[in-house]
Amino acid sequence: MEKIYLTLVLAPLIGAILAGFFGAKLGRKGAHWVTSTGVGLSALLSLYVLYRFMAGTLEVFNGPVYTWMVSDGLHMEVGFLVDQLTAVMISVVSFVSFCVHIYTIGYMADDEHNWPKTSLAGINSYQRFFSYISLFTFSMLMLVMSNNFMQLFFGWEAVGLVSYLLIGFWSVRPTAIFANLKAFLVNRVGDFGFILGIAAVAMYTNSLDYAEVFAKAPSLADTQIHIWGDTGWSLMSVIGILLFVGAMGKSAQVPLHVWLPDSMEGPTPISALIHAATMVTAGIFMVARMSPLYELSETALSFVLVIGATTAFFTGLIGIVQNDIKRVVAYSTLSQLGYMMVALGASAYAAGIFHLMTHAFFKALLFLAAGSVIIGMHHDQDIRNMGGVRKYMPWTYWTSLVGSLALIGFPGFSGFFSKDAIIEAVHHSEIAGASYAYLMVVAGVFVTALYSFRMFFLVFHGEGPRDEHAKHHIHESPKVVTVPLVLLAIPSVFLGYLAIGPMLFGDWFEGVIFVLPEHNTLEHIGEHFHGSMGFILHGMMGLPFYLAMGGLFVAWYIYMKNPAIADRVKTTLAPIYQLLDKKYWFDEVYQAVFGAGSRGLGKFLWLAGDRGLIDGLAVNGSAYTVGKLAALVRHVQTGYLYHYAIAMILGLLLLLTWFIYV
Amino acid sequence: MIALSDYLTLAAILFAISVAGIFINRKNVIVLLMCVELMLLAVNINFIAFSHFLGDTAGQVFVFFILTVAAAEAAIGLAILVVLFRSKGSINVQDMDALKG
Amino acid sequence: MTLEKLIFYVLAAVILVAATMVVTRRNPVHSALFLILTFVASSGVWMLAEAEFLAIALVLVYVGAVMVLFLFVLMMLDIDLATLRAGFIKMLPLGIVMALAMAAELILVVGPKNFGLDVVAAPARHGAEYSNTEALGGVLYTVYMYPFEVAAVILLVAIIAAIGLTMRRRTDTKYLNPSQQVLVKRDDRVRLVSMEADKG
Repeated sequence: MEKIYLTLVLAPLIGAILAGFFGAKLGRKGAHWVTSTGVGLSALLSLYVLYRFMAGTLEVFNGPVYTWMVSDGLHMEVGFLVDQLTAVMISVVSFVSFCVHIYTIGYMADDEHNWPKTSLAGINSYQRFFSYISLFTFSMLMLVMSNNFMQLFFGWEAVGLVSYLLIGFWSVRPTAIFANLKAFLVNRVGDFGFILGIAAVAMYTNSLDYAEVFAKAPSLADTQIHIWGDTGWSLMSVIGILLFVGAMGKSAQVPLHVWLPDSMEGPTPISALIHAATMVTAGIFMVARMSPLYELSETALSFVLVIGATTAFFTGLIGIVQNDIKRVVAYSTLSQLGYMMVALGASAYAAGIFHLMTHAFFKALLFLAAGSVIIGMHHDQDIRNMGGVRKYMPWTYWTSLVGSLALIGFPGFSGFFSKDAIIEAVHHSEIAGASYAYLMVVAGVFVTALYSFRMFFLVFHGEGPRDEHAKHHIHESPKVVTVPLVLLAIPSVFLGYLAIGPMLFGDWFEGVIFVLPEHNTLEHIGEHFHGSMGFILHGMMGLPFYLAMGGLFVAWYIYMKNPAIADRVKTTLAPIYQLLDKKYWFDEVYQAVFGAGSRGLGKFLWLAGDRGLIDGLAVNGSAYTVGKLAALVRHVQTGYLYHYAIAMILGLLLLLTWFIYV
Repeated sequence: MIALSDYLTLAAILFAISVAGIFINRKNVIVLLMCVELMLLAVNINFIAFSHFLGDTAGQVFVFFILTVAAAEAAIGLAILVVLFRSKGSINVQDMDALKG
Repeated sequence: MTLEKLIFYVLAAVILVAATMVVTRRNPVHSALFLILTFVASSGVWMLAEAEFLAIALVLVYVGAVMVLFLFVLMMLDIDLATLRAGFIKMLPLGIVMALAMAAELILVVGPKNFGLDVVAAPARHGAEYSNTEALGGVLYTVYMYPFEVAAVILLVAIIAAIGLTMRRRTDTKYLNPSQQVLVKRDDRVRLVSMEADKG
C-alpha cells in the first residue's frame, strides 16, 4: 500500500514538472495529457483507498517516508498518515482536481487572446497553467496526507504559493497582481499565528509528530503558559487559538477574509479548485485533524465558533449586493466556510468535514458553471447583462440548478444533509457563544437562499441578454466543459443521502476524530437519527427549511415578478446598501492602516535608518572621521630625521622610567 | 678594586652624552653617525665589564660581533651619505624632509 | 686608591671629556679626531678588564678603519662651515635635560647599590699564561661558529651594498656584454639590400 500512497502523491508532481519545464516541447496537448493523467491516476488511487476503508479492509497507515533532519531531538520528516479522514480528503481533492483539469482544457483553450503580443509570460501559458494546477494538487495532497506539523506547514505554504501564482496568472493585469499579493500577505498574517502555534506545540511536547503530540496532549491539559509577565494562559487554548489564526488566514474567516473575493481575478478553474473546494478547506481539515487538541480547550472552541458564525452570516449578506457572477459565488464560499467552522467549534467535527465534502462538489460545480456562462457570454461577468441563458445553455442550466439547490439546503440534496446537521449540532451545543452561533447560521440560511437564487434567476431566467452581439454568439460550451459539470453534479445530489449515516452517526471517524463526551453534540443528534429518509422528513418540518424556501420565494418575487422592489429597497436602505457594497470597509481600513502604515514605516527606515544612520553615520561617518584624524596625525611625519630620533629617545626614556618606578 | 658599577656608570654616562649629541646636533649628519658609534661603544663597555666580572667569554664574543656589525653599518651609512650629498648637495639634516607626511 | 683605580679614573675622565667634545665641536673634523681619542681611551679601559684582544681589535678596526673612513668622507664632502654654526643653542637645554634624566635613571639602576663590590665580587685575576686571544678563539670557532660565518656574510653584504649604492659608471667607457654577444643573430649584423647597378 505504501507504493500506492507514494504514487498518489507524486503523480501530480511529475505531471507538474513535465508540463512546467518541458511545456514548450510537449505542446498544449502533451501538457494537458500528462497532467490530467497524473491527477486522474491520483483520483483513481484515492477512490480505491476510500473504497478499501469503506469495506473495512484497510489499516490506518502512519509512517515516515523520508527523514529530513533531526535537530535537538526534534524529528523533521516526510511521513504519511492515511486514515479515514485522509481518505475522504484525498478523494475530494483529487476528484475535483481531475474534473477541473478536464474543464480547463476547454476553458483555457483560447488563452493566447488574454495576453498582449509582446508578453513573455504569455508564451506557453496554457502549459504553465496545467503545471500549476497539478503542482497545487500535489501540495494539497501532501498537506492532507501529512503525519507531522512540519509537512503540514510545507503543504500549507506550498498551496499558498501556488495560489499566489495562479491568482496572478494573468500577470499583465494590475488587478490580478494586486489580488495575488493581497492573498499572499493576508495568508502570511495567518501563517504567523500558525507557526507560533506549531512552535508552542514543539516546545511543550518536544515533537512535531501528530501521534506523539496527541498522546502527550491530555497531560498538558492544565498547563499554564506565561507569555507576558505573570498572567498565566491555558496552554491548550493558546495553541488552539494560534493554530486557528492560521486557519483564519487560509480558510478566509473574518477578519482575514479579504483576499478571497479578490482572488476571483484568477481564471475560473482555479476559483473552483482552490478557492472553493480545496485550499480554503485546508483550515477546516487542520482543525478537524487537531481535534484531540481542540477538545481540551473550550476557549479555543468558542473562539472558532464565534468567528465562524460571524463569517457565515455577514459575508453572506455581502453576496446579496454583488453583480459579478464570480463574486456572488465567492461570498457564498466565505459564508459556507463559516458554516464549517461553526460545526468544528461545536465539536461536530464530522459534520464540518461532511459539509466540506459536499460543499466541495456543489461549489466547484457552481464555479465551473459560472465559468461556462462566462465563456458563453464572451467573458462578460456582470449578471445584470445576463438573463435567459437557460435557453442557450441547457446543460449548464440544469447542473447549476442542482448546485444551487444543494447550496441552499433543499431537502434530499447533499447540502441539505450537511447544513442541517450543522444547524442541529450548534443548537445542541452548550459552550459559550453557541446561541449566537445558532442565530447566525439559521439567519444565514435565508441569506444563502436569497443571494443564490437572485443570481440564478438573473442569469438563467428572464428575457435574454440585452446585448445583441452576445445574443447571437451565446451557445452551450463544449463537452470538455459540460462533462465535468455533470460529474460534479452527481455527488451533489446523492452524496449527502448516502454518506450521512456512516459518516456522522456511524463509526467512520472512530479513532481519527476525538470528541469529549460532554461536547459530543453529534451523539445527541444521533439518538434521533433514523436513517437518511427520516432526516429529510424531519428536516422538512424544521425552521431552516422554511427559511430556505422563504428566501427562494423572495428572490423569485423580486427578480422575476417585481424588479422595481429591488431598486426601491436600494434607495430606502441606502446606508445598509453602502455598508454591504463597501464590504464593511475592511479593505479600506486595511489599506489605510496596514498598507499605508507599512509603507510609511519602510520609508522612515529607509530615509532615517538606512540613509541617515547606516550610510551617513556609520559608513560615510567613519570614513570622514578617519580622514579628519589622518589629516591631523600626518603632521607628526615631518620628514626630519632628528624629530624621529627625538621621538624614539623620548619614548625610550619614558619606557625606562616606567620600568624603574612601576 | 674597580667595582662593576664603575664600568657600568661610565657606560651609562657615555650613552647619555651620545643621546644628547643626537638631540643637539641638527646640522651635521656625520656627527649623528658618530654619536651612534659612541652609543655602540658604551654598550661594548658594558659587555666587556660583565664578561670580566662573570667570567664568561660570551660577552667578549658578543662585542666581537658588535664590532663587526658596527663597522658594516658605518660603511653603508657613509655610502648612503655620499649618495645623498651627491643628489642634494648638502649634509644639512634640516634639508632632508622628503618623507614629510 | 689603588693604582688600578687611578688609571681607571683617568681613562674614564678622558673618555667622557672627549665624548663631550665630539658632540659639541663645530668642526666635524675635530669631532672625528675627538672620537678617535675616545676609542683609544676606552681601549685602555678594556685592557683593565682583561679583554686584551678586543682592546687591540678596537684600535685596529674602529680607529684604523672606521674612523679613517669617516675622515675620508668628511674630507670628500664639501661642507660649508658657516651654516653649521646656527641653530646649535636652541636645542641645548632640552638636550642637556634629556641627557641628565637618562643618565640619572641609568645610574640609579646600575649604580653601586645593585652592582657594587659587595653585590658582585671582584673576579680573580688570570695568571701570566692566560691568553685572552686563545680563550676567545677557543670559544669563537667552536660554540659560536655559525654566528661567525653569519658575521662574515654581513661584511660581504656591506661591501656589496656600499659599492652598489655609490658606484658611478663612466658613460664613455667601452665594454663588452658577453651574453648579448652570444645571442646575436645574423639578421642583427647583416642586412641584404637589393640594388640596381648604377647606370652610366
